[in-house]
Amino acid sequence: MSITTTTENNVTPQIPQDDPTSVLPKKLGRARPLFDPEIVKRASAASFAKLNPVTLLKNPVMFVVEAGAAMTTIFLVRDLFAGGTSAGGSIGFQVQISIWLWFTVLFANFAEAMAEARGKAQADSLRKTKTDVLAKRINSAGQMEKVPGSALRAGDVVICDANDLIPGDGDVIEGIATVDESVITGESAPVIRESGGDRSAVTGGTRVLSDQIKIKITSNPGETFLDRMIALVEGAQRQKTPNEIALNILIAGLTLIFLLAVITLQPFSVFSGAQAGSGTIPTVAVLVSLLVCLIPTTIGGLLSAIGIAGMDRVMQHNVLAMSGKAVEAAGDVNSLLLDKTGTITLGNRQAVEFLTINGVTAEELADAAQLSSLADETPEGRSVVILAKEKYGLRGRHIPEHEATFIPFSAYTRMSGVDFEGRQLRKGATDAIITFVMEKGGDVPGNFKDMSDRISRNGGTPLAVADGKRLLGVIHLKDIVKGGMKERIAQLRKMGIRSIMITGDNPLTAAAIAAEAGVDDFLAQATPKDKLEYIKKEQAAGRLVAMTGDGTNDAPALAQADVGLAMNTGTTAAKEAGNMVDLDSNPTKLIEVVAIGKQLLITRGALTTFSIANDVAKYFAIIPAMFMTMYPVLGSLNIMKLHTPQSAVLAAVIFNALIIIALVPLALRGVKYRPLDAASLLRRNLLIYGIGGIIAPFPGIWLIDQLLVALRLA
Amino acid sequence: MTSIGVLQIAIFLGLILVCTKPLGAFMAKVFEGERTFLHPVLRWLEVLTYKVIGVKEEVEQRWTTYTAALLSFSIFGFLLVYAIQRLQGFLPFNPQHFGAAQIPPDLAFNTSTSFVTNTNWQAYVGEATVSYFVQMAVLAVQNFASAAAGIAVAVALIRGFSRQEKKTIGNFWVDVTRATVYVLLPISIIGALLLVSQGVVQNLHPYTDVTTMEGAKQTIAQGPVASQEVIKQLGTNGGGFFNANSAHPFENPTPLSNLLQMFLIFVIPAALTYTFGKMVGDTRQGWAIFAAFSAMFLIGVFVCYHFEQAGNPILGNLGVQTAATSGQSGGNMEGKETRFGIANSALFATVTTDASCGAVNSMHDSYTPIGGLVPIFNMMTGEVIFGGVGAGLYGILLYCILAVFIAGLMVGRTPEYLGKKIEQKEVKMAMLAVVATAFSVLVFAALSDVITFQAKGYWNPQGAPTANLNNSGPHGFDEILYAYTSSTANNGSAFAGITVNTPWYDLTTGLAQLIGRFLFLIPLLAAAGSLVAKKKIPETAGTFPTHGPLFVGLLVGTVIIVGALTFFPALSLGPIVEHYLMHSGKLFSFILLPAQGIWS
Repeated sequence: MSITTTTENNVTPQIPQDDPTSVLPKKLGRARPLFDPEIVKRASAASFAKLNPVTLLKNPVMFVVEAGAAMTTIFLVRDLFAGGTSAGGSIGFQVQISIWLWFTVLFANFAEAMAEARGKAQADSLRKTKTDVLAKRINSAGQMEKVPGSALRAGDVVICDANDLIPGDGDVIEGIATVDESVITGESAPVIRESGGDRSAVTGGTRVLSDQIKIKITSNPGETFLDRMIALVEGAQRQKTPNEIALNILIAGLTLIFLLAVITLQPFSVFSGAQAGSGTIPTVAVLVSLLVCLIPTTIGGLLSAIGIAGMDRVMQHNVLAMSGKAVEAAGDVNSLLLDKTGTITLGNRQAVEFLTINGVTAEELADAAQLSSLADETPEGRSVVILAKEKYGLRGRHIPEHEATFIPFSAYTRMSGVDFEGRQLRKGATDAIITFVMEKGGDVPGNFKDMSDRISRNGGTPLAVADGKRLLGVIHLKDIVKGGMKERIAQLRKMGIRSIMITGDNPLTAAAIAAEAGVDDFLAQATPKDKLEYIKKEQAAGRLVAMTGDGTNDAPALAQADVGLAMNTGTTAAKEAGNMVDLDSNPTKLIEVVAIGKQLLITRGALTTFSIANDVAKYFAIIPAMFMTMYPVLGSLNIMKLHTPQSAVLAAVIFNALIIIALVPLALRGVKYRPLDAASLLRRNLLIYGIGGIIAPFPGIWLIDQLLVALRLA
Repeated sequence: MTSIGVLQIAIFLGLILVCTKPLGAFMAKVFEGERTFLHPVLRWLEVLTYKVIGVKEEVEQRWTTYTAALLSFSIFGFLLVYAIQRLQGFLPFNPQHFGAAQIPPDLAFNTSTSFVTNTNWQAYVGEATVSYFVQMAVLAVQNFASAAAGIAVAVALIRGFSRQEKKTIGNFWVDVTRATVYVLLPISIIGALLLVSQGVVQNLHPYTDVTTMEGAKQTIAQGPVASQEVIKQLGTNGGGFFNANSAHPFENPTPLSNLLQMFLIFVIPAALTYTFGKMVGDTRQGWAIFAAFSAMFLIGVFVCYHFEQAGNPILGNLGVQTAATSGQSGGNMEGKETRFGIANSALFATVTTDASCGAVNSMHDSYTPIGGLVPIFNMMTGEVIFGGVGAGLYGILLYCILAVFIAGLMVGRTPEYLGKKIEQKEVKMAMLAVVATAFSVLVFAALSDVITFQAKGYWNPQGAPTANLNNSGPHGFDEILYAYTSSTANNGSAFAGITVNTPWYDLTTGLAQLIGRFLFLIPLLAAAGSLVAKKKIPETAGTFPTHGPLFVGLLVGTVIIVGALTFFPALSLGPIVEHYLMHSGKLFSFILLPAQGIWS
């Protein structure tokens, strides 16, 4: 009995009180400050290591910047030795340009390193928990032997007692125990793991708190859940996502175009210089500066950091995404399949009303209902006892066990109750109770069917109560829609996402709950096969589907869905089929995962737009400066009134470098996401990052120019 | 600017607007293979064509086969044009007895690439180089063929968006045939008659020798002009029968013929926006593109008109009356025809460079710096302001792909356009096209600026390619930049002021034309092949809206920032600096050169 009680308390996942007004991601346990000193230190060191051109080659934009920086440095050294400044302009200018170009690369490296370091820090803390343990393996002769955990292979069977660390991932095949999974989930309350059913999976590295279980190991060393988790957060297996690759192609293409524009500018200036008959042609330092300012360094420098940080944000929500692709797909989702129970409604139905049939008093019904529920430890059963107590003042009574026979609920009889003092009290599904009453020779009054149908229509579940052959009435069990759920679903609709409620209820009940929660569609009496079919149908219509699941029979649907969020409490099969695992086992989190996916994509788009829009101002800074000696009239283009050609070029280069570092927090945190429809989102973001991107560099470059002159640096 | 000038520009755009829907809807029917009112009259010709070339109408092609068909069509056209030009001395309709001597191999190569790529860059002087037979049987035919091919590619790309989970994008031969039979031919017949009514000549006479009123001897060229003039404009080809192109009174005699010609240039590119909307099942999408076209067109035409009307401040400072009065046009009339005036010249210059046509009714070389910047800038956008027939639409669709990809992420979804996800393949192809264009303009211009050749040698008898310039300073720089921009953009209009009929220029501008045409449209056909296989994602509130003013603004911004700003450094050494120099009192005078092909 004690075990049952624990089940009630702990296995039902702790559903955080959802903020009713928002689908914004909420920071849970794993959040750490953005600029954690330890991480900053680690990232700074890594920025230098990343200067290696071979590693930079995968980022064409930054590779070009590094090549440019190297070139200006070489010319600087040459000029230093030559002692003259003929080719490259003044030494001081060249030194500063070279330094800032190197900093541009370093800043971009730092952004990526910051994102990676945050992952590494998390991986380290996970790795600490990964100590090798002695496993108690049962060998083929049935004898127990102690072997190191690392020697275990899939298929081995081990025994774990209280206080043992579970040596590897596996399924409980015998017994039931409480397990502390805080190392994985960050959640301190222990959970129940038992053989059979959907709570059989255990994770290596977690600790058994009570009882003894027999576990069949399902993974080989190095491939365990913990190993995968470490690899994922560390970014070791990070592959560029499809969208990231496409974006890389775009910015590489732009880089190539600007490379052409700047390289050809040299012969153009040679010709123009000859025509103008005066003035010098732009130096290498100036040409490189123009190139670096024009190529999309902002997005080029921050792109990979945005991707890594997106994964990290998912992790901070205690969701483990198996790939960046899955997070990206979450942003694209068109249809959300939400399980009714636990997601849309509170997990448990509650008794809210007793309805009597003619000739039966309310007290009589309440009494029978309470007695039949006394041994029923399900939440529904307990709610009946509570309702009887609260509404009719019937205190819970103790029935001596030897005087009564409790009839437990079974899927076959679909009713439960008690045989007590010669009475046969039963409650259960209406048709089951009707059959029970008829068999006893009783009859069913005409209005009984209406009564139970009415409850169904209102989204409730009717539970008939009988005392022997006498039908007494119906208990109205009601599904309670979670607070704020309706608003969230309305927000989803605004974002263009359809929500579909999945339930095992009959269509009548399902329709009522669906209406109450405001979902767009529902799937009633859903079998796992129905779910799979529904997903396929949605996908055939071009939609992307996300769903949650925990049972083994959910696995095919989880695998079929574009985003399959498996619950950590679920079976190994479910966890392997999905592309994300929620360590908190909170199905509502699917909505947050969608929001994070969108935020990731928006951040990329915003910084790309900003980066490209920035070019306009840089032209106005550098072009007049470049040809000032050749064509002084081009000074009219110097609309920022920058002081000298050198200060103008330097200011543009410095702005270009600083904007990368200034946007690191935005890249890591993601831009603020509001659940709006696409048109409003676009208008808003285009205004901020597009128009803002055109305007912002003007005052920025102007200010840097003022400072440079004030500090006598140019 | 005068109110009558503004009114004329408004009337022109109004006419285009009125015809966009009916012609667009008609073309949608034609390319969907539906019956139109012209079928009873012309269907036999379509069927006959399929029989002759051995094409099964209902068999469709994948993008690779479609591209192969397009390429073989173009190669065949190239060889034919080349051969007939070189053999013109042995062929009929040659009253002036032109032979191979007038068309050396390098010029024949350049003219062949030029007419096959819908560029119609002319390094030759029509009336002094080619026979009537070449004009009619080769050049006019290519005007139809290259235009029809452009329309076919646009339609194939539209199918990439309108179909889903398919492998084929249509049949090139069928699309070309339909474009010619139902669209180009009927309009050309009517248009040619209208032009003749205005005084455009149409004969096969030998040239007429006359004595002018001053007593000078003059040879007046003749020819089958009207029939070629109409398709020159309708197909946005632009290659004039005469060297003076639409400034010649036999090609473009009256203001009405001038309006008709500009109308013919824009009418198909404008209508294709509606065809596009119709075929993808949402005409708002087509109108959004039309709006973007119109916005960019209006900015260009008014900038050009303003600066031409404002004229040269140096003249004004000398006390010359440069303001328009009832008795005179004022402004900058150099190189313009008095029968068209400033408004209709600026409008024509904008229209012809917006639309990849390249016909001219005034000399762009004589424009004020900013007035001349507008045509070159129009071409640098990649000809996506209405653009060439077909080319304008597939060009702007490329920018739609880029705009959607860059900004579309900001709605939090993988970018999609018309329900099709824009992914690696599409972005790669779009960028390939943009890079190829930039490469061709910049690299050839840079080479011509610095390369040198032996004087009196084969490649460039003048020596360095810069020696072919008629003007010095930034204006000379413009002349080279304009030549390669015009060639790459398949525009063909000449800034003039540069001798381009030398092997160096013939070869490089010819290559620029080929790059601008084929490295632009092949990637887009590849994108069509990728798009057509994709599922259409249903539109929801989360879908990036690609109609309405927001998208139009975004599209225009993308064209300007991504497409044209690449050329800003180069432009600043050309028209921009020239503009400031002019205001500081400095002009770049004409250097007299031997008269060979100065019109380019």
